[in-house]
Amino acid sequence: MREVALIGSGVTEFGELWEKSLADLVAEAGITAIMDAGIDGTDIDALYIGGMSAGRFVGQEHLGSLAAEVAGLSDLHIPATRVEAACASGGLALHSGYLAVASGAYDVVVVGGAEKMTDVPGTEATNILASAANREWEAFFGATFPGLYALMARYHMHKHGTTSKQLAQVAVKNHHNGTLNPKAQYQRKISVEDVLNSTMVADPLHLLDCSPITDGAAAVVVASVETARQFTDQPVRIMASCHASDSISLSERSRFDALPAAVSAARCAYRQAGVEPTDIDFAEVHDCFTIAEIMAIEDLGFVDRGQGGPATEDGLTARDGDIPVNTSGGLKSKGHPVGATGIAQIHELMLQLRGQAGQRQVEKADIGLSHNVGGSGGTAVIHILEAI
Amino acid sequence: MAVPRYWREIPQRYNLVGTKCGSCGKIYFPPKVVCPTCRRKSLGHMEDCALAGRGTVESYTIIYAPPPHFEGEEPYTMALIKMDEGCYLMGQVVDLEPQEIHIGLRVEACFRRIYEDGTRGAIQYGYKFKKMEEAETP
Amino acid sequence: MATVGIAGYGAYVPKYRIKADEVARVWGKKGEAVSAGLMVYEKSVPAIDEDTATISVEAARRAVRSSGINPVDIGAVYVGSESHPYAVKPTATIVAEAIRATPDMTAADYEFACKAGTAAIQTCMALVKSGMITYGLAVGADVSQAAPGDALEYAASAGGAAFILGGDHLIAEINHTVSFTTDTPDFWRREGEPYPGHGERFTGEPAYFRHVVSATKKMLEAMDTRPGDYDYVVFHQPNGKFPLRAAKKLGFTKEQVQEGLLCPVIGNTYSGSTPLGLSAVLDVAQPGDRILATSYGSGAGSDSFDLTVTEGIADYPRNHLRRMLENKVYLDYALYMKHRGALK
Repeated sequence: MREVALIGSGVTEFGELWEKSLADLVAEAGITAIMDAGIDGTDIDALYIGGMSAGRFVGQEHLGSLAAEVAGLSDLHIPATRVEAACASGGLALHSGYLAVASGAYDVVVVGGAEKMTDVPGTEATNILASAANREWEAFFGATFPGLYALMARYHMHKHGTTSKQLAQVAVKNHHNGTLNPKAQYQRKISVEDVLNSTMVADPLHLLDCSPITDGAAAVVVASVETARQFTDQPVRIMASCHASDSISLSERSRFDALPAAVSAARCAYRQAGVEPTDIDFAEVHDCFTIAEIMAIEDLGFVDRGQGGPATEDGLTARDGDIPVNTSGGLKSKGHPVGATGIAQIHELMLQLRGQAGQRQVEKADIGLSHNVGGSGGTAVIHILEAI
Repeated sequence: MAVPRYWREIPQRYNLVGTKCGSCGKIYFPPKVVCPTCRRKSLGHMEDCALAGRGTVESYTIIYAPPPHFEGEEPYTMALIKMDEGCYLMGQVVDLEPQEIHIGLRVEACFRRIYEDGTRGAIQYGYKFKKMEEAETP
Repeated sequence: MATVGIAGYGAYVPKYRIKADEVARVWGKKGEAVSAGLMVYEKSVPAIDEDTATISVEAARRAVRSSGINPVDIGAVYVGSESHPYAVKPTATIVAEAIRATPDMTAADYEFACKAGTAAIQTCMALVKSGMITYGLAVGADVSQAAPGDALEYAASAGGAAFILGGDHLIAEINHTVSFTTDTPDFWRREGEPYPGHGERFTGEPAYFRHVVSATKKMLEAMDTRPGDYDYVVFHQPNGKFPLRAAKKLGFTKEQVQEGLLCPVIGNTYSGSTPLGLSAVLDVAQPGDRILATSYGSGAGSDSFDLTVTEGIADYPRNHLRRMLENKVYLDYALYMKHRGALK
């Protein structure tokens, strides 16, 4: 396997982008990443695009071909693949691109992720997102996505004493970070009281414990390390790219206070990168709900099981803490266009590792980790990147 | 849910018919074609096995923002239930006040309307759960 | 003639109630006066996800479980209701599937206003007697409708009971059944209409009383019995007063009626009414007790049954109806409307 690097990245603004179509978003993110990498269309060997449910959000499947068309690459007839793993579609698209380059099949690939979610009413979006769960045995009976995470939250609270206030701290921290990210959907600080006083969505999760419905896209350019040097003097090396799966149904998991797929992917990633959790300088984790970030920092080994809540309360994961988590604002504040999220996390890692994160730049940014989850934990994709 | 898709699983939705592994004896719901423990050894030995319908709440949530088919029913309670046979399943817990639900609550299956496909479509029935009445005769 | 009777029964009453006072409050009436007039103090209300099919299934499952009858021995399922969830598509198949009696059996839905359930019992009796089936399941259940503000709103309620009819393992023998039927349009609901219409006071003498009294008299004549020969008597209960007045006309005492009189506390369960009343009596009856039950269905007809409780009752599990009557949650009118789906 060859060493693989990232040489460019780009994201669209995240939010309710009424004036932009799915195609507009894909084109904008892709072209931004291509420009950032300094490559030309003819340098690209293949495209990968992650998207969860364009078919149901906007009635559009066949995203590979769509991406090639809007990026002006159709005439090159390069392979263009759509990758789907619910909210981990982006991360999994990168994993696919990584494997393709690592194997030597391609030298340069562009990997994107996109979701256009606001063209349908909110309840329909809830229903579409529920298709990431088991339709027959969970969604059929009325389970929603917040509901599944609420079941894990309640279990975590019961087993480890995690509190609603600790959950709220995740949202407060990520909203604070979001104010420093001009691309983020929300640019406002919130308080613990704001979270606890917000409408209940799925007890114990309030509205402000949940990531929003978002339009957006992100893209990165992947190249072999030797090729990378031709285009940039600031490549970022992919130290690890790991993918793990688990049952789609929450009820079939071996435990409910963790995502076993994330634990497995993390173990793989640390081994592949040859690092320990303590070597990670900062991370972007999949905080689709506040409880998800608490479980993520436990699953990743940043803290002991059950310590995610107190550690968050103590500021461990704040931007100036020992291990800054979600400096971008996370899914919570930056927004969560589901198919784009995994790639947007990589974009944030690249900004930090290249020292381009502006106001939200963390002090020590040599090794960063991304943690992207599909469904209620049926898929987990973890990347570890380093500046080289 | 489309009618054929619902119909196919009537034994499960009405009567909690799962499977029992003929090799290790473990009971699964929903049914499995292969036992995740015995794998190859279990092939051809997975037998139908109806759950008794009793279990314990392992975790719960109260849904305030429902998907379209459940609009008008909120708030409703959903629980992750450990069935007495050992498998877990997800279901609504009905006929109780939100403050009555707690981890460890004993529940039993009941038969309810799950949802209607509009006013013209089919009505889909299935299991939900309610608080077990301890005085119940077995 | 071969013996036929009840081998099992099960009742179901939803957990929710609304008081007549609360309904009266909304329409500017005096609750006490309404309750005194109708002898209905509160009525059962289905949960938001309950309908005639779910109530029938719960009652039928109870009957199967309590009787120990193997459901595959049930050769016929008839569900009587005036609120079947579908206009076309049987409730009975849902019930049959949910008790695992399918597929070697027959099934159909019945409608005869409030006596569809007893019509189902008669059909099962006939099939058992003829030898066509070993056991038959007859259900009477309703989630009855009443237009907001209509006098019916104080009583129209939800519930049902299921009976397994057979020739053996009986807890009560059915000695005889007779019917009295005419075409009398006292109450109806037109196809596609959500609420019934009725002939107001016309529903009394020429309708309810004529049919209930005639059918019961026919039974007393046929069996050569007198009111005093029965331990319990059950009449259809559109309100609390009618059955008491019918009893008086026929020479029965209030005490004979009391045990099966559920309408004051659960309202009129329509097709469930006489079956539930009979269930309440079976819950307390002793071997040898004699029971007379006469239903009434608008349109109009009455089915009367003469039963003798057997020794089998002693081992029959029977406290569930009492518990369902006691285990209740009151709704206000707004929640009642939500439960009835009126807010959708």
